[in-house]
Amino acid sequence: MDEALIQRIQNNPKFAELVHKKGRLSWCLSVVMLVIYYGFILTIAFSPETLGKPLSAGGVTTVGIPVGLFVIVSAFVLTGIYVRRANTEFDQLTKELVEESRQ
Amino acid sequence: MMRSLQTRLGLLATGLLVNASVWASGSIDGPVEKQGVNLHAIAMFIVFVALTLGITYWAAQRTRSAKDFYAAGGGISGFQNGLAIAGDYMSAASFLGISALVFDKGYDGLIYSIGFLVGWPLITFLVAERLRNLGKFTFADVASYRLAQTPLRTFAATGTLFTVALYLIAQMVGAGKLIQLLFGLNYTLAVVLVGVLMVIYVTFGGMLATTWVQIIKAVLLLSGATFMALMVLSHVGFSVESMFATAVEVKHAAAQALSAKAGAASEAAAKALATHAADASEVAAKAKTLTADAAKAAKANVMAPGGLVSNPIDAISLGLALMFGTAGLPHILMRFFTVKDAKEARKSVFVATGFIGYFYILTFIIGFGAIMLVSTNPAFKDAAGKLVGGSNMAAVHLAHAVGGEYFFGFISAVAFATILAVVSGLTLSGASAVSHDLYANVIARGRTNEAQEIRVSKYATVGLGIVAILLGILFEKQNIAFMVGLAFSIAASANFPVLFLSMFWRGLTTRGAVIGGAIGLISAVVLIILGPPVWEATLGNPAKSAPFPYSNPAIFSMTLAFFFTWLFSVTDKSPRAESEQAAFLPQFIRSMTGIGAEGASKH
Repeated sequence: MDEALIQRIQNNPKFAELVHKKGRLSWCLSVVMLVIYYGFILTIAFSPETLGKPLSAGGVTTVGIPVGLFVIVSAFVLTGIYVRRANTEFDQLTKELVEESRQ
Repeated sequence: MMRSLQTRLGLLATGLLVNASVWASGSIDGPVEKQGVNLHAIAMFIVFVALTLGITYWAAQRTRSAKDFYAAGGGISGFQNGLAIAGDYMSAASFLGISALVFDKGYDGLIYSIGFLVGWPLITFLVAERLRNLGKFTFADVASYRLAQTPLRTFAATGTLFTVALYLIAQMVGAGKLIQLLFGLNYTLAVVLVGVLMVIYVTFGGMLATTWVQIIKAVLLLSGATFMALMVLSHVGFSVESMFATAVEVKHAAAQALSAKAGAASEAAAKALATHAADASEVAAKAKTLTADAAKAAKANVMAPGGLVSNPIDAISLGLALMFGTAGLPHILMRFFTVKDAKEARKSVFVATGFIGYFYILTFIIGFGAIMLVSTNPAFKDAAGKLVGGSNMAAVHLAHAVGGEYFFGFISAVAFATILAVVSGLTLSGASAVSHDLYANVIARGRTNEAQEIRVSKYATVGLGIVAILLGILFEKQNIAFMVGLAFSIAASANFPVLFLSMFWRGLTTRGAVIGGAIGLISAVVLIILGPPVWEATLGNPAKSAPFPYSNPAIFSMTLAFFFTWLFSVTDKSPRAESEQAAFLPQFIRSMTGIGAEGASKH
C-alpha cells in the first residue's frame, strides 16, 4: 500500500464511517455476549438455587434449562447479526471506499 | 456381545468428582480396562480410513504451492470451512466427556459445554475477518505484521508448539484409552496408528486433506449424535419434561438404593464393632464411605447446578480461559486462511458456531438419554453396579441401546475417527509454526523458496508425529486431565493477548509483545503446576496443599500478560518502537478493508 493510497483512504469520510459502524457493532455485541455468559456463570456461582427452581409448580424442568438454551442460542444469533450486517452493509461500504480511493 | 464385556472398573469419571479437575471431561483419562474386540467398529473404522486415504491421494495431486499446503489454496468455501472448524473443535473428549458429565451430574454438563461455545461469537466480532485480511498461513503472520520478525515469530511459534503439544498429548492418550474401550485393541497400537495416519494425511494432503477429514468427521458425528438424540426423545414421546422427570426418578431410585445399602452396611458395622470382630474397622470404614456416597447422591440434583462452579474466582477464570483460549488456538486460527476473503471467514464462524452449539445441545440430550436407558439396564453394568468401561462410555452404550449392534459399531468408529481429524489439524498447525515461522522467517530470514519451506514442513510433520507417538506412550499412566486446560490457558494468556493487541492497539511494540506474551505463557504454566490439578491430582500431594489455590490460572496469567505487554510497550522509546507504531495505520486500513490481503490461488 503506497502512502498516497493510505492518505486517500484516511481522508475518505466513508473510512471513518466504516470504522465507526463496524467498531460499534463488534464491541456492542462482544459486551452483550460477555454480559450474558458472565451473568450466567455468576448466577451459578452465587445463587445456584435460582436456576434450580422448577419452571412451574410440580414440574421437573428447571429455570436453568431454558436459561442454558438461551445462552447457546444467543451465541448463534449474535454471530448471525454481525455476519449479516458485515457481509452486506459493511462490505458494500468497503467496496465503495476501495473503488473511490483507487482512482 | 455387551454382556460379554466383562470389566471390574473403569471409573473414567472419578476425576470429575474432584472439584479440582473441572477440566477432566476435556480429555479421556483415568484407568481403563480393555474390552472385547468390537468387529463392527473396526470394520467401519477401516472404511473411514480407506475413504480418508483416498481423499488424501486426491488432495496430494492438488497440493503444489505453499499456499496449497498450508491453506488449501484459499479455496475452501465459508460453509465447508465452518463444518471443518466444527470438526476440528468437537473432539472425542467433548462428545464422550461432556455426555458423561451430563450422565453423572446433569446440569453441570451443560454449564461446561456452554463455556466451550461462547468464545466463537468473540472470534467472529473481533478476530476472524481481521486475521484473514492480515495473515497468510499462521497467526504469527498477523502478530508480527508490523513488528520485528525474528523475536515475534519465535515467540508465536513457541506459544503454538506448547499449545499443540499439550493438546496432542491429550488426544493421543485419549486415542489409546478409547481403542481399548471401543475396539478392544491395544493402547500402543492406537497411539502408533493415530500418529502414522495423521502424518500421512498432513504430509501428502496438507490442508486440503486435513479439511476434508474434518468435514467428513463433523458430518458423521453430527448425524450419529442427531440420530441418538432423536431416538432418546422419541422414547419419551418428544416431551422434554418427561425425559427430565424420568431421569430424576432414575437418579432418585439410585440414591435410595444406595442409602439402603449404606443403612445395611452401617448396621453390619455396628454389629461388628459390638462383637469386636477382627475386620470391624474395615467394615466401619466401608459403611462410612457408603453413607457419604448416599448422602451425596441424595443431595445431587441433575436439574440444577451442582459443584462444578462453586468458587467464583475459579468460575470466572475458567470462563476466561475457554472464551479467549478458543480465540488463541493456533490450529483454529489457521483455518481462517483457507477461505478466499473476509466475507467467507465470517460465514465460516457463523456456520461453525451453529453446528457446535447444536452439537452441545445434542450431547445434553444424549447424557439424559443415557441416564434413562443405560443406567437402568443391567446389561451395561458390571457386578459392582458401575457402568461398563466407566462414565465416558455412557454415549457409546446409549448408541447400543437405541441403535443396536451396527449403530454401536458406527458410533465407536466415529468417536475414534474424531481423534484423527483433531490431531491432523494440530499437527499441520505445529508443522507450519516450525516451517513457516521458525525456518522460513527466523532461520533462513526469508532467503528460502517455497519448495524448501514445504519440505521443511513435511519433515516437521514427521518429527511431530514421532514426538506425539512417544509422548502418547510415555503419558499412558499419567493423570493428564490438566493438559487441555493448560493448552487453553496458554492460548488465552500468551497467544491471544499478543494477537489481539497487535490488531487493536497502536502502541504495541516488539519489546512489549515478546516480554508480555512470555510472562503470560510462563505464568500460565507455573500457576497450573502449583495449582490443584497438577500439584494434587498429578503429583499426588495431599488435598488442599497446592500453593496456588485455583484450578484455572487464566484470570491472573491473562492480566499479567496484558499488563506487562502494555508496560513494556509504553516505556519502549526506541526508534524501532516508533516505526512500529507508525506502521499501525496501514495495517489497520488493510485489516478493515482487505486491501492487499492474500487472495485465493488461481488454479
